Amino acid sequence: MDFFLQLLVNGICIGLIYGISAMGFVMIFKASSVINFAHGELLAIGAFLFLTLVTWAELPVYAAFLLTLVGSFALGFIVERLFLRPLIGEPLIEVIMLTVGLASMFKGIMLFIWGGNLHTFPDFLPETLTLQWGTIHVPPVYVAALIIGLLFLTLFGLFFKYSSQGIFMRSVADNQSAALSLGVHVKRVFALSWGIAALVAAMSGIVLGIMNGINVHELSSIGLKVFPVVILGGLDSIGGAVIGGILIGLLETFTGGYLSTSLKDVLPYIVLVVILLVKPYGLFGLVEIERV
Amino acid sequence: MMKKLKLHPCGNFKERYEDELHVFSTDFGKLSSMIGLLLLFSLVPYVGGSYVLYILNMMGIAAIAAVGLNLLVGYTGQISLGHGAFLGVGAYAAAVFATRFSAPFWMAVPAAGLITAFVGLIFGLPSLRLKGLYLTISTLAGQFIIEYLLVHWENVTGGTMGITLPAASIFGIDLAEDRSFFFVIYMSLAGLVWVAVNLTRTKYGRAFVAIRDNDRAAEGMGIPIFRYKLLSFAISSCYAGLAGGLWAYYMVSITSEPFNLLLSVEYIAMIIIGGLGSIAGSIYGAVFITLLNEGLRWGTDFLMNTSLFPEIGLTIAPIREFVFGLAIVLFILFEPKGLAEVWRIIRSSFKLWPFSY
Repeated sequence: MDFFLQLLVNGICIGLIYGISAMGFVMIFKASSVINFAHGELLAIGAFLFLTLVTWAELPVYAAFLLTLVGSFALGFIVERLFLRPLIGEPLIEVIMLTVGLASMFKGIMLFIWGGNLHTFPDFLPETLTLQWGTIHVPPVYVAALIIGLLFLTLFGLFFKYSSQGIFMRSVADNQSAALSLGVHVKRVFALSWGIAALVAAMSGIVLGIMNGINVHELSSIGLKVFPVVILGGLDSIGGAVIGGILIGLLETFTGGYLSTSLKDVLPYIVLVVILLVKPYGLFGLVEIERV
Repeated sequence: MMKKLKLHPCGNFKERYEDELHVFSTDFGKLSSMIGLLLLFSLVPYVGGSYVLYILNMMGIAAIAAVGLNLLVGYTGQISLGHGAFLGVGAYAAAVFATRFSAPFWMAVPAAGLITAFVGLIFGLPSLRLKGLYLTISTLAGQFIIEYLLVHWENVTGGTMGITLPAASIFGIDLAEDRSFFFVIYMSLAGLVWVAVNLTRTKYGRAFVAIRDNDRAAEGMGIPIFRYKLLSFAISSCYAGLAGGLWAYYMVSITSEPFNLLLSVEYIAMIIIGGLGSIAGSIYGAVFITLLNEGLRWGTDFLMNTSLFPEIGLTIAPIREFVFGLAIVLFILFEPKGLAEVWRIIRSSFKLWPFSY
């Protein structure tokens, strides 16, 4: 029973981080219908940026965190401006392959600068963050993940609900040509969604880096784990991404705990295929009736 | 009495559908490809050393799989990110046939093609309900599931140890050498290209193109879309399986390691760089990517072995990944129709010189 509860808590915390990194992915998809295969690399770049600022530049943790977020936002913005904007209106395969190419480029740059080894952050989370309920032990990273996750969910909820840019983004997601005709600067929304997605990715990269250490290959593979998450939640639903993330996180920790660790990595994809066959628009996705 | 040779007209003067369907629009095209084939088989294997032949063989195998992928992606418009895994299925199928059932080479490779076609059919099934990026994502899942099976279905695939194949021989001729394998690979390539080119001219190929351009209109015109999509998946995987079977025999021992997502991405890169919807383009792309890979490997090795900068060589290894990505990005941004289009532009600028319009 304790083992079960421990897995449950771990699963929810990891799942929340999956959900949040998937949120950035969904944001790009909603705004510009681009499937971003470089999402894992954006995540890794954020983690490495933070690592460099903390260890090499020796900045205080909060300053490094803020600078990382700003830097990632700028990176996302630049990527959209340089690479994605010329492809607006081009066929799907070109856009997909462009992000695949970008992923490869980013990975090369990261391996060049930081190498393929495992790095770790210095210990900066206070021990007081640890939660202890009976025999269930929640390490500080998981608590931090939970706090950051919930914080960002609220912040984004408010951003989309009340700020003008957030409303523009929702309008573009809803109906691009209608938004365009009402004077929404659609291209700016695209750039903004890339910026925010990179920022969110960087944040989840940092949290995952604290949990498992920072390694280029490990972190970029998270970008592919986003796919089962978003398909489960519905490709165009931000709330669905979070819930899908938690479900996939639970699925992973429970298979890892009870069945086998090697099955853990492939099971989300099996679930993915099943969902695609049974309910392709996911749990919360917009159902477009489209006969094939 | 000699037949009057057909030359390129200075415009598009096609009057009948048959003119559109010609593989070669002039007699010179036919003649030059005949000469090209003759040189390929009579000169190249005897001039090239074993390293050159090795690269050419890898190119040939890549070209077979790339032609298959282009039939699916470029002609039918279904994006697959699982082609690398299908290659793996082919390689393992050939290996299992050769070791378990001691099937001879000429049986094992076609059988690998058939098995892979069947597997491709299964992973094409989601196209019953899905299209566009949903299908792409489901092929991505297929890639991971197959990769998992190749490693973990141990009593068939040998797990991480892989399988070692017996030496290939066909009709008593030993194929252990690069040169003899060159003939097998390039004859298969020539045959499969011939099939692919002609397939695009038949009703099947034209149905594929119709589905790519507008699936609803295609359905309206009476094309059973689902059946044709499945057929396209099967044909494309069959090509991948044949290439995988040849790969397995050529490499002698196989593990599941090379058949990862990166390989699938490499194949997509080949057909994008070569040119989507162009059989010749797939071959250009295969040549380009193989040469790029080999050039980058050579560059890294060279820098590592020079006594001057060994550490630069080590740090430069990831540059391969970067250059690979850069090539994809640059082609998509600046020449999305690929090398086939570049070649067409070069040719027409010669043809139209000095009065280009």
